[in-house]
Amino acid sequence: MTGAPDTSYDNILEIKNLQTSFFTKDLEVKAVDGVSFSIPKGKVLGVVGESGSGKSITSLSILRLIEEPGKVKGGEILFKGENLLDKSEAQMRKIRGNEISMIFQEPMTSLNPTFTVGQQIGESFRIHQGLSKKEAKKKSVDMLKLVGIPSPEKRVDQYPFELSGGMRQRVMIAIALACNPDLLIADEPTTALDVTIQAQILDLMKELQEKLDMGILLITHDLGVVAETCDYVAVMYCGKVVEFTDKKTLFTEPKHPYTVGLMESIPQYDQDIEGDLAVIKGSVPSPADMPKGCRFAPRCPFATDLCRNKLPDLETDEDGNQIRCWIYSDEWDGDPEVNVYERSESTS
Amino acid sequence: MFQFIIRRILQTIPVLIGVSIIVFSMMHLVPGDPAQVIAGEGAPQEQIDNIRERLGLNDPLPKQYLDYVTNAVQGDLGTSMRSGRDVSSEIGARFWVTVELAFYSTVLAVFVGLIVGIISATRKYSAIDTTLMLIALFGLSMPNFWLGLMLIQWFAIGIDLPSWVPFFSNTAWFSPSGWGSFSQIVLPVITLGTSSAAIIARMTRSSMLDVIGQDYIRTARAKGVKEQIVIYRHALKNALIPIVTVVGLQFGGLLGGAVLTESVFAVNGMGKLIIDSIQARDFPVVQGTILVASLLFVFVNLVVDVAYRLLNKRIDLD
Repeated sequence: MTGAPDTSYDNILEIKNLQTSFFTKDLEVKAVDGVSFSIPKGKVLGVVGESGSGKSITSLSILRLIEEPGKVKGGEILFKGENLLDKSEAQMRKIRGNEISMIFQEPMTSLNPTFTVGQQIGESFRIHQGLSKKEAKKKSVDMLKLVGIPSPEKRVDQYPFELSGGMRQRVMIAIALACNPDLLIADEPTTALDVTIQAQILDLMKELQEKLDMGILLITHDLGVVAETCDYVAVMYCGKVVEFTDKKTLFTEPKHPYTVGLMESIPQYDQDIEGDLAVIKGSVPSPADMPKGCRFAPRCPFATDLCRNKLPDLETDEDGNQIRCWIYSDEWDGDPEVNVYERSESTS
Repeated sequence: MFQFIIRRILQTIPVLIGVSIIVFSMMHLVPGDPAQVIAGEGAPQEQIDNIRERLGLNDPLPKQYLDYVTNAVQGDLGTSMRSGRDVSSEIGARFWVTVELAFYSTVLAVFVGLIVGIISATRKYSAIDTTLMLIALFGLSMPNFWLGLMLIQWFAIGIDLPSWVPFFSNTAWFSPSGWGSFSQIVLPVITLGTSSAAIIARMTRSSMLDVIGQDYIRTARAKGVKEQIVIYRHALKNALIPIVTVVGLQFGGLLGGAVLTESVFAVNGMGKLIIDSIQARDFPVVQGTILVASLLFVFVNLVVDVAYRLLNKRIDLD
């Protein structure tokens, strides 16, 4: 379905200042508040953050699948250089499942229990390529083969309840990849699966990504998954991107105190088992009651008055990495020699 | 599937035995002597005794019951005390009248209920939703004999319309009694179907709302499926599973509701037959009619179970 490669854009997806809010009678909850990031063609971007940081809402905003009372309020979502927020609903339908596909966290509930696997994969071919039932079924078998499901001719006529969780997630991937999308959004695709199946699914995604040369937006809260699959990483906290770097920098020199906190909270195999696990103190503030300054300030061991009162901007350094933290700015009013890696000492 | 149907039919036997025992004992526990009724007011004792003997009313109850069941399985439901005709032929023609009445009412109820429920669910909390559900609540709370009388008043006796209304001078559009022609069928069917339509509408709304919130609906949307197809194909097929149960139960309820509706509209069906027979203490007819009605109810539930299997693949019946 994709014609001659369009070279007028470098990034398959570029999000600029995206704002998505949920409205109640007298309250606006800013779930995504000015998120910007981009995914170069054929690369994998990981979006990391705790529950409630706005990762999933960001991904649903891209496909314009936010439901009432939510609304994408502003910003731009440039897909192949075109703003998706300007598209009509009919144009969006042609993009969904065809140029941008999505797989979800819960393979157990993401498939319709009353249709066969083949019908559900085939529907993509029927909608986007106008194939007949018979042709669609044939191609569904091919897709099942591609995602490594044994005896696909038999599986194609089975219902989701006859498949295991890992198998179902493979079916979800088959549905998503049916029309050869340019961008795959995977919202915690392995969270609900056990560890061995997780590895299989990640390998499969990686393999197919290289084969089909598509970009992936991988949403996860698992840094192990990031290490295994991503090229770039955006760390989100309370509806904002706090750090955006390539994967290597993230693991070798994390800059934002939140990122450092996330890293340190991963238990190490050689960790002293007598000691407590490292945690980020406090909890995510309620979206209805956001701190005035940096959103991480109440939990940050380095926070100063500046942090508590003024929100830092997302600054880009010479390597193209981005950071939203006062510590790296000229205005920093705390200890000029501060070392974010010494967090554990400064909090104990 | 075939095996399932056979097994399901066998399961109805204890149900029917239970029903026959209950009905049989009920008729003998209520005061009033059928022989007295048949003989008429002021008949000599001798004649009453004769009738008692002829009908076997002097036998012990268990024997009366066994005789009844033995005959019933052979298709002989006894003889009406009032008319002297076979109970099976008394029921015969009226059976289809009631089945037609209940069937048309169900069709109306399902049709209206599904449409209203889906409209409400897809526009939840809107003015349309609130209005439709308020009407449904009215429909649900209205006793159907009263609704029947009102419909007769408005659309059979009719209300004179002001002269500026084109074509019609009054609203006497339908017939108030009998069964057979279209104009006779309309009012009883509306009367009987209204409360079921209301229940189905409310059920459809909540079932659809539940399904629309499911992950697989989001999957369908993310696939680029049109919203109408998301609702009518992906959502409705799942939402129908609990609705089918309600429809099956409603059909049974309609058989009961038919008793009142048939009386109001003078429809000569099984419901009216039961009422007339109870008043005359014609208990072979009451027993036979209730037995046939339960048979029908059990059959409808069998159909519901099969429909279940077709909708929900997880139920493996064999």
